[in-house]
Amino acid sequence: MDLAILWFVIIAVLWTGYLVLEGFDFGVGMLMSILPRGDKEHREKERRVLVNTIGPVWDGNEVWLLTAGGATFAAFPEWYATMFSGFYLPLLIILVGLVARGVAFEYRGKIADAAWARRCDLAIQAGSWIPAVMWGVAFGNLVRGLLLDADHQYVGGFWALLNPFALLGGLTTATLFLLHGAVFVALKTDGDIRRRASRLASGLSVVTLVVTGGWAVWAQVAYSVPWTWGAVVVAAGCLAGVVVATRARREGTAFTLSAVTIVAAVVLIFGSMYPDVIPAVDGGVALSVADASSTDYTLTVMSWVAVFLTPVVIAYQAWTYWVFRRRLSTRDIPAPAGLSWQKIKDAAF
Amino acid sequence: MDALALARWQFAITTVYHFIFVPLTIGLAPIVAGMQTAWVITQKERWLRLTKFFGKLLLINFALGVVTGIWQEFQFGMAWSEYSRFVGDVFGAPLAMEALAAFFVESVFLGVWIFGWDRVSKKIHLASIWLFALATNLSAFFILAANSWMQHPVGAVYNPETGRAEMESIWAVLTNNTLLAAFPHAISAAFLTAGTFVTGIATWWMVRLVRSRKPEHVETARTVYRPAVRVGVWVMIVAGIGVIWSGDVQGKLMYEQQPGKMSSAEALCEGTESAEFSILAIGPLHAGCEDVRHLISLPGVTSYLGTGHFSGEESYLPGVYDVQEEYTERYGDVTADGEAVTYTPPLAITYWSFRLMIGFAAFSVALALAALWFTRKGRVSDNIWLSRLGLVAIPAPFIACSFGWIFTEVGRQPWVVAPNPTGIDQIRLLTERGVSTAVPAGVILTSMIVLTVIYAVLAVVWYRLMHRYAVEGAPQTVRDESPEAQEPDDSDRPLSFAY
Ligand code: HDD
Ligand code: HEM
Ligand code: HEM
Repeated sequence: MDLAILWFVIIAVLWTGYLVLEGFDFGVGMLMSILPRGDKEHREKERRVLVNTIGPVWDGNEVWLLTAGGATFAAFPEWYATMFSGFYLPLLIILVGLVARGVAFEYRGKIADAAWARRCDLAIQAGSWIPAVMWGVAFGNLVRGLLLDADHQYVGGFWALLNPFALLGGLTTATLFLLHGAVFVALKTDGDIRRRASRLASGLSVVTLVVTGGWAVWAQVAYSVPWTWGAVVVAAGCLAGVVVATRARREGTAFTLSAVTIVAAVVLIFGSMYPDVIPAVDGGVALSVADASSTDYTLTVMSWVAVFLTPVVIAYQAWTYWVFRRRLSTRDIPAPAGLSWQKIKDAAF
Repeated sequence: MDALALARWQFAITTVYHFIFVPLTIGLAPIVAGMQTAWVITQKERWLRLTKFFGKLLLINFALGVVTGIWQEFQFGMAWSEYSRFVGDVFGAPLAMEALAAFFVESVFLGVWIFGWDRVSKKIHLASIWLFALATNLSAFFILAANSWMQHPVGAVYNPETGRAEMESIWAVLTNNTLLAAFPHAISAAFLTAGTFVTGIATWWMVRLVRSRKPEHVETARTVYRPAVRVGVWVMIVAGIGVIWSGDVQGKLMYEQQPGKMSSAEALCEGTESAEFSILAIGPLHAGCEDVRHLISLPGVTSYLGTGHFSGEESYLPGVYDVQEEYTERYGDVTADGEAVTYTPPLAITYWSFRLMIGFAAFSVALALAALWFTRKGRVSDNIWLSRLGLVAIPAPFIACSFGWIFTEVGRQPWVVAPNPTGIDQIRLLTERGVSTAVPAGVILTSMIVLTVIYAVLAVVWYRLMHRYAVEGAPQTVRDESPEAQEPDDSDRPLSFAY
């Protein structure tokens, strides 16, 4: 097989890993003020339950993005250069979101103070909603194509990225991740919050089916090739399955199905792009897999590295999910361990 | 400012900022792992208290290392797209390997360590922090491999058809002699930073407790903080030797590989034998070589650093003028405005950053010697000057590291990929040709402002948390939470280390 094609597939796999895994931790972050109920104290406990369901794993999930980025740089330098400089502002917004939520996760519990927790929750929510929407906008534009000149420079400008198709893509990823997160919470918690998450998920799955279905059919008809109809059908079937599974309180099944939906969406996206990494729009030039790729030598080296390391990574990451498999509930949450706000304020020299 | 200047400032600001957190993570992770190992082996409670204490500081620091690193990974493509096209075939490989081989281990096993105190067995828990510590050091290796290749390209050829560098041997890239010197230098600088950090904080605590005169406090000073001081001091001593040794190796390579960096670091205008090491120079360094007067110098030391000889023919070092002449003849590049390129980096920055890098180490040396003396033979000390020295020394190696990088990176100018004079010197790229052409200056200005503001806010939060948690001290009581120490059916207890 042509190594450049293999690497196109590997990049798709890395994005799949990223969107499936970080997809649910985005979703959990997005639910931070939607799901918790009860009096003030109880809501705070429930928010801590939510953060703790993803606490041990969110950073490992994010590394899939770093790997996708690094692998694109190594295997398709032209793609990396054109896409990242072309998407400069959207990427900046995404990265600011990721910075905010990362810091907020880690520092939330370090200070025991209601106002501090509120600020962190704000950062977690903004930092989850924004990337959840923006990734959809970015991928929507890749499916649709970008205006590149003959030197592979993006010349379309920022506002052209906010076209209706891409915006609907943003709505699609946002609803998908919200659903994925709700199903994950139902799977990982116990008690009241589990029931609420389940109920929310079954409602959301209908909305998601409509939005995702609409976008996928549009993508399929306007921009894709016949075989990706398969992915559209799988996605729709899985989402319908989520409706049934959440009603039946089969949380494990529901989670698997929402994960497969995301896999199918990535297949549709990358399938529609191939044989280009950035398809053309009217008046522009496409960047093809073959033109964007590194030399055979580099691809060979990277293939060996990927073949040896990826299974190992998947194995130990899966192991940590198993270690932390226990469901959490408000009973598991200890008293806050952080220092008081007054102490922190007094600390400035 | 044009897009180029903005992109350079942005890169400098964000990377120097990233490298505030990096050295502490690299050095402190193995120290904490060592403390936990001491606890598992000796079962002495003090080591568990120290593990929890410094472990918490490590986590506060690590969080910012991670979030600032994400931007680093993307900014090559965003702001330096032409650079990325030129080097991607070679430079991307170590970057991807870093993510696959190091970042995954780092983040996954840190998660196990933070949340796993009562979930996994003692041995696996200990293994997690060691894997984390190893991975941070491994990540440094790969990123430095990428950086060393920009300083000294090897294992690749230039393809005139595509106008890009192409990799020929990954082995050559990963055994670049520049890398084999830069890696020990950066790592030992990181250990020096962390050693100073541990010693400084533990010294302050020891003195404070001894001065309280309460017997139980003095006992804590003796049994908990004095051992931490000793650990920190020995790390500093070994790391300090490593820094000097590897810095000397780097100096010799630099003389071969980037003679312009060496001569401008010394503000050495004319080539000379037995070149002096200037400690203080005055004159308009920013204007170039003329009128520079060296006030205090050590005879022959610069020659020794570069060539291994203090005097004689073999100690000859080329000056700034020689390099300019030679490079103009060889490359003769012109800038976008049609002017001849100056092959000398900004003299004032290279001269001073080199001296400040070395100079700031003086604080660590002073602290190591003082702490070693005052804690000799089982003693504890109540010397207030020792504790003040401890606090003052903590920031010094951070500052030294920043100046080290500023020296390395600014001294490489005008190149972003410096030509390799002993290899294939077609692989070279002027910094001004590396910047993204599709991104307007206003966009880069926007991101620079946004990032600078966010980073400033984060710096304040980081500093306050670090400071306050350091002042909080090691926890008074700790308990063995490991599954081995638990009652069989007490699975309903609260989590040990929840967010
Ligand atoms: C000598 C060491 C060193 C140097 C020169 C750099 N870094 Fe770094 N980086 C680390 C050493 C490190 C580390 C020790 O592995 C970090 C810092 C603290 C931490 O949390 O991990 C890290 C974190 C870190 C992360 C987050 C990893 C995660 O999520 O776990 C990324 C994406 C990068 N870095 C990328 C870069 C890039 C693209 C650099 C080049 C400009 C760079 N770093 C310079
Ligand atoms: C982490 C420590 C590092 C620090 C503190 C640092 C510092 C700097 C500074 C100060 C500049 C600006 C130079 C100028 O204005 O002329 C710069 C530029 C640059 N550095 Fe580094 N650097 C670091 C690591 C790296 C690494 C590891 C790489 C590559 C992997 C790298 C690649 C670059 C690039 C591409 C530029 C832009 C071109 C330029 O202006 O020279 N740097 N860096
Ligand atoms: C006798 C003392 C030292 C000598 C001779 C020395 C020498 C050098 C040289 C020659 C370079 C430039 C390498 C290049 O551009 O290729 C360098 C870089 C650097 N130095 Fe030092 N150094 C010394 C002390 C220190 C100290 C005390 C620290 C920090 C605690 C430090 C941290 C760094 C860092 C972070 C870099 C940039 C990364 C790298 O290129 O490895 N150095 N040093």
